Amino acid sequence: MNIHEYQSKAVLKGYGVNVPEGGVAFTVDEAVKQAQALGADVTVIKAQIHAGGRGKAGGVKLARNLDEVRQYAEELLGKVLVTHQTGPEGKKVGRLLIEAGSNIQKEYYLSFAVDRKTARTVMMGSEEGGMEIEKVAAEMPDKIFKEYIDPAIGLAPFQATRMAYKMNFPKETIGKVTKLMMNLYRAFLMKDCSLAEINPLVVTREMDVIALDAKLNFDDSGLFRHPDIVSLRDESEEDPKELRAGASGLSYVNLGGNVACMVNGAGLAMATVDILKHYGGEPANFLDVGGDSTPEKIAEAFQIMLDGGQAKGIFVNIFGGINKCDVIAEGIVGAAKIISQDGKSLPVPVVVRLEGTNVERGRQILKDTPIANVIPAETMEGGAEEIVRLVNQA
Amino acid sequence: MGILVNKDTKVIVQGITGKAATFHTKQMLAYGTKIVGGVTPGKAGMEVEGVPVFNTVEDAVKATGATASVIYVPARFASDSIMEGVDAGLELVVCITEHIPVQDMIKVRRYMEGKKTRLIGPNCPGIMTTDECKLGIIPGNVQKKGHVGLVSRSGTLTYEAAFQLMNAGIGITTSIGIGGDPVKGMDFIDVLELFKNDPETKSVLMIGEIGGTAEEDAAAWIKENMPDKPVTAFIAGRQAPPGKRMGHAGAIISGGKGTAADKIKALNAVGIEVADTVAHIGETVVETLKRAGIYDICHTC
Repeated sequence: MNIHEYQSKAVLKGYGVNVPEGGVAFTVDEAVKQAQALGADVTVIKAQIHAGGRGKAGGVKLARNLDEVRQYAEELLGKVLVTHQTGPEGKKVGRLLIEAGSNIQKEYYLSFAVDRKTARTVMMGSEEGGMEIEKVAAEMPDKIFKEYIDPAIGLAPFQATRMAYKMNFPKETIGKVTKLMMNLYRAFLMKDCSLAEINPLVVTREMDVIALDAKLNFDDSGLFRHPDIVSLRDESEEDPKELRAGASGLSYVNLGGNVACMVNGAGLAMATVDILKHYGGEPANFLDVGGDSTPEKIAEAFQIMLDGGQAKGIFVNIFGGINKCDVIAEGIVGAAKIISQDGKSLPVPVVVRLEGTNVERGRQILKDTPIANVIPAETMEGGAEEIVRLVNQA
Repeated sequence: MGILVNKDTKVIVQGITGKAATFHTKQMLAYGTKIVGGVTPGKAGMEVEGVPVFNTVEDAVKATGATASVIYVPARFASDSIMEGVDAGLELVVCITEHIPVQDMIKVRRYMEGKKTRLIGPNCPGIMTTDECKLGIIPGNVQKKGHVGLVSRSGTLTYEAAFQLMNAGIGITTSIGIGGDPVKGMDFIDVLELFKNDPETKSVLMIGEIGGTAEEDAAAWIKENMPDKPVTAFIAGRQAPPGKRMGHAGAIISGGKGTAADKIKALNAVGIEVADTVAHIGETVVETLKRAGIYDICHTC
């Protein structure tokens, strides 16, 4: 799960991480009020969307007076920002972060993430702040330093100190930097983060150390421990179909195309998306229907795929292990009853490939209850080709 | 033969009184697995499918001599169950449970350091040595006995691949689903090492997916260490967009790392054939076996 920058900063502030003074504004008036309360020489107005690259896309403005604050807030609120992370459709700005400007002397990069290979949390730091860390990693890998953290000990103070010196902080800031690192690690750990990234972390002319930007991502599996974090979720940032699928316990990702698929198992679901593309289709989605496939759940999955006229055809690809083919077949029949007026049709071609446990019974059910538009496939390959052909000729 | 488990492996089921665990205990017993005990705190003295239940893994191991366990415990308690199995000195722990917090698994991995237990999973289908023993949820009817070792990050793709191999007349020694989580127990290289040393296994099928670099690491390892056993591969997620989690917690392209294209390139670079679509996994294995001149030996069913 992702949250906004202003929310991340509030969480981090609670752990003693130094962040700029400021607050969120949903309207132009709120923005002006926030700026007035700050009373800073320079006010920073930052568009709040769940994507990086906002600065380059014109989503960050510096205002020298309240008129400028009003002008920029008017300009940004409701604007669709297109950054390298949003995709071409961009994201609409609904919230602004109003902050006091800082006298930046130098920018650094600092993050905590999970390293798969060592099964450790890793702290990463670089003197090259403000630019994308992937770019630093590609162009100057020797400029990135790492400290692997023993979970039994936590981040040891010597590791933080070593990192601070490697990152080349001015000597009078080392104490502040190490304290910020320790606090950031505590937040990362206590809130089950998958990423805590400060880019840039800045040293000001006054020799303060401030997290000028903050990005926290959370491990979905750990959210049950953090109702406070769950409450920060901004559903307007998420794809409406993905949101609806999530509420029904379906694992779904919208891919934008028109050939939909419903599959059991994440691996097979990814591979099914791939094979649809392989045969010239534009995949509409990834969808893992999971192990307990009731007719209601399958009907909901169909409706999500069909919603807004997106799916022009659906490929059902099931390998029955624990998930039995006859249950899926009954689910499709039941879904047709729920979705269609006559109870025995589906609005777009649905090619069904069943294999594995109880496959004969499953195929028999589809034969015995003919549903208009449901086409059984003998093989996965044949089924994938067939659905792409049907969609492309429609 | 096969690796890690066989017909003599004594197995306990952690969380045996749960609904899914009871169902799968029955399935595992039907497959021939020696399930000698189960564990659910507070349920000692009970029996599930004729299997005695104990309060702790320690009690179960003392009473039965079990050397392996399979865990069907809910996510918030599962990491503790793994550590209990490790503490009891089990050789192998298989954790089926999905959605264990990553930080909990980091602690588990730390706890396992210096101990002998091997962990498969979590978020995995388990392990099955053909006609001998299965721990987990792999359906018993999808694989026949033979000489190909199968290792995969995905459950359903494991069954799909085994089924395609069966239809192509190719049998399997052991299939292992290592799971879809970013922090887990055994990874590809750990399993490949065992397949390398198993005389029955003549070739390996490896099924990877987007996220991390385990496939790239495995490719380098194979080139260095296992030149004599031909490997075939498949990678799921060619069309996955960056930054999106594709079902599995570990299946995500982040910071430009972990793409299917990178993995396929690394595998091809060391001479490993990667099936172009999921429908061609079986065919691709057959081609690899024929090229290596071991198709006849491996054509066992």
